[in-house]
Amino acid sequence: MAASQQFCTFMLHEEFFGVPVQQVQEVIRYQEMTRVPLGSEMVSGLINLRGQIVTAIDLRRCLGMPARGARQLPMNVVVRTGDGPVSLLVDDIGDVIEVDEDALEAPPETLHGPTRVMVRSVYKLPGQLLLELDIARAIAVAEAAKESPLSRA
Amino acid sequence: MDDCDEIVREFLVESHENLDRLDRELVELEKQPSNREILASIFRTIHTIKGTSGFLSFSKLEAVTHVGESLLAHLRDGHLSLNPERTTALLALVDAVRQMLAAIQGTGQDGDADHSELVADLTRLQQASLASAPEGDGAAVGRADTKPAQSQQGAPPLPEAVSGPPEEKKKRKKKKTEADAQAASGARQECEAKPEKGAEAQAEVVTADKTGAEERVRERASAEQSPAEHAASASEAKPEDAHPHEAMRESIRVDVGLLDKLMNLVGELVLARNQILQFTRTTEETNLVTTGQRLNLISTELQEGVMKTRMQPIGSVWSRLPRTVRDVALSCGKRVRIEMEGQETELDKTLIEAIKDPMTHLVRNAVDHGIERAEQRQAAGKGPEGLLKLRAYHEGGQVNIEISDDGAGLDLKKVVEKALQKGLIGTDQAARLSDREAANLIFLPGLSTAEKVTNVSGRGVGMDVVKTNIERIGGTVDVQSIAGKGTTVKVKIPLTLAIVPALIVTAAGQRFAIPQVSLLELVGLEREEARKQVELIRGAPVYRLRGSLLPLVRLHEVLKIGEGGGASAGGKCERVNIVVLQADGQRFGLLVDEISDTEEIVVKPLGKHLKDTSVFAGATIMGDGKVALILDVLGLAQHARVAHEGRDHPAAEAESRQACEESCASGRQALLLFQYGAGGRMAIDLAAVARLEEFSPNSLEIAGDQETVQYRGQIMPLVRVPAALDTRHEPAPAQEGFLQVVVVHASQGRNVGLVVDRILDIVDESYRLDRQTARHGVLGSAVIQRRITDVVDVASLIAAAQPALCPGASVS
Repeated sequence: MAASQQFCTFMLHEEFFGVPVQQVQEVIRYQEMTRVPLGSEMVSGLINLRGQIVTAIDLRRCLGMPARGARQLPMNVVVRTGDGPVSLLVDDIGDVIEVDEDALEAPPETLHGPTRVMVRSVYKLPGQLLLELDIARAIAVAEAAKESPLSRA
Repeated sequence: MDDCDEIVREFLVESHENLDRLDRELVELEKQPSNREILASIFRTIHTIKGTSGFLSFSKLEAVTHVGESLLAHLRDGHLSLNPERTTALLALVDAVRQMLAAIQGTGQDGDADHSELVADLTRLQQASLASAPEGDGAAVGRADTKPAQSQQGAPPLPEAVSGPPEEKKKRKKKKTEADAQAASGARQECEAKPEKGAEAQAEVVTADKTGAEERVRERASAEQSPAEHAASASEAKPEDAHPHEAMRESIRVDVGLLDKLMNLVGELVLARNQILQFTRTTEETNLVTTGQRLNLISTELQEGVMKTRMQPIGSVWSRLPRTVRDVALSCGKRVRIEMEGQETELDKTLIEAIKDPMTHLVRNAVDHGIERAEQRQAAGKGPEGLLKLRAYHEGGQVNIEISDDGAGLDLKKVVEKALQKGLIGTDQAARLSDREAANLIFLPGLSTAEKVTNVSGRGVGMDVVKTNIERIGGTVDVQSIAGKGTTVKVKIPLTLAIVPALIVTAAGQRFAIPQVSLLELVGLEREEARKQVELIRGAPVYRLRGSLLPLVRLHEVLKIGEGGGASAGGKCERVNIVVLQADGQRFGLLVDEISDTEEIVVKPLGKHLKDTSVFAGATIMGDGKVALILDVLGLAQHARVAHEGRDHPAAEAESRQACEESCASGRQALLLFQYGAGGRMAIDLAAVARLEEFSPNSLEIAGDQETVQYRGQIMPLVRVPAALDTRHEPAPAQEGFLQVVVVHASQGRNVGLVVDRILDIVDESYRLDRQTARHGVLGSAVIQRRITDVVDVASLIAAAQPALCPGASVS
């Protein structure tokens, strides 16, 4: 009997992602954000999480996906990290699902770009694939990215 | 294993505290070698460390402390007297112990450092005794005199005269406890070790004359648990110690992490309260309103209370300084006495940490450079011993620390020369410097005390670093020096950093908080004025603030956020708001769209992900629950490259004043003209004017013997100009019953209203000031609009009417 793991799943640009449920502190609706000028462009801003100031990272930008439509408000998946909670902005939140380790496979060689770095493994579910996001790497990518001259002109 | 770690950790914490005390006590002892109480306390401390390290099998530590203890025993018994050599050796022992403790902390072992030299030294020093006294270990237990000195190690208690002095009784008691400990198993020893520590801690609390919180919270919890403690305290309770034992029970040791957490929670509570209060303003529900008010009061009190728990007496930083002074003085062959006043002055823990290094540096400097050698002092008619005085006190929500020496004072000529040489100031500026400004040149980076580098102070930490460090925590530093009399360095720091007053501004729709410490003044310009007064130098906007150029920075441009409203060149907005800021000696104006209120904000750190952005000092949560970023003024200035180097020194003020006077004397200047009496005319420099207002006579209120009005949520004192100038003048007929008031800036963000009879005009004119008619409050007269007009000296006018608001140089 292979071990199984629970994932908190979410959608990003029609793709199905998940993070281990143990790392998730909570999922909250869209929160008004305060933008941080001159910061990393992948950091969408700061939210007030019950008095705590939490950085919100836009996963779409991290993964190099097109920006969300203006009407489409992201959800916050707040994850625990060594440096306190961080909010990951996602399009839509899915169920918590349990997957067998059996269904795990390394990301295919053909994946490239930021996805290659940030997807830890792929789970083969019936009818769709679940991409496990490497939270630490996603945050590292967001940190490293500096505002490019083109953005937010 | 965990238990063991726990014990080691406790041992470390305690030993560190004890060592700090040892430093102080040894220096103290050197001054009064016959003080048995101090000696006994030192002995106890070393003894405790030895005992515990033996039990925890740190053999090296034990060996070193053992020789030290033996030497101390001789001293205590009067076989030896304390001389500088012995003191130095004992201090070296303290250093060695400290080093080993650090090693234990790091590796769990007492380190590989070789201390045999020290051991030999200490042994040699006890050999020099009159009677070659025996070593500690079990030897010569039965000395004939009544002093139980030699018998620490496993020797049975001596049959002593029961009527010995209380001091001895205590020792005997201790010795007994220890003898038990030696006999018993390890576990038992550990248990015994505690009461001893407890007893000691208590002795410390009650004998040493300090009231520090750190001291108060020491070593309660563990001591109380042990039954033997009661015996120990009982033995302490001798009549000469008429000290309140309650002092002991009133304090407990609390983990700092817990306090930090509490502080955070209170911060959040304050925010929640702000939100609720905002909500109650829009509701009719009286119950909610009253509950809100109560919540307000309670949380304010709670906030104060929790802040207090984080307060530490400054004495905890100072406790090491006597040792520093002694060492430095010895190495430069000087004699220096240190006096401390206000050790109990409390400030926030984080600030205590932050001022440690600057304090040490300033003290070293004072001893090394400030105080002269004994010969020189005597030649100058002073006592051979120099005096270094530390003084701390609270004043106006700030902590003031003064470090003064009675040395030769700064050689201002040399300082100015040096600054000139290094090109830090120009010749013309140098000529204009006041003594105080010249003294403050020592804080300039690059102006090292190079001509007199010694091994003590030439350590690369210049005075500029002291200044930077102090400014980083929102403080200021100032030096005053009187030739031949001495130098005083005055440091002012805020009480706490966690909650600070800040000005809230808006740029491109986003709110930002600017800590009030870096705020100098606010300038509001109407659109027309702005068009004229904000000039461009190759595209870089500048503003003439009282005659000197103030570089302007558009906040939204620096931050690269959207289009600013009024601050942008187009200027759709009615007003242009300039926030005049000071950072690291640079002055610059920040153009923002809107200036809101000042608020007490709770500073929260930014996540690691944003640490690189030096422009922000943190973030805070506003009353409406939204997050606002706190601007780091220094970082912002650097980011915007406010190139203002020529001015970033203390002479800037003088220069600007001078420049202003010059422009008053000849150049074109915008002036506000008003009439007094029937036909007299007066002019005020328009740059000093904030606004023109009219007040109904009904709104006049009397506070003290001062006429005041309520203005923008503040109480604004009014000064009747002609009256204040002592001018013979018949009041002009009231203008439609309204008072015409010229609002001018005073210090600390306050305004003062100058009541004039009638405002005539604003002119931009060049004129020649004739100073013959200068008198109090009047700079002189000039011909303006072909009429003789007195030019008002606003600063002295305010000073005369309102000494408390005297703005110094901020209004010219």
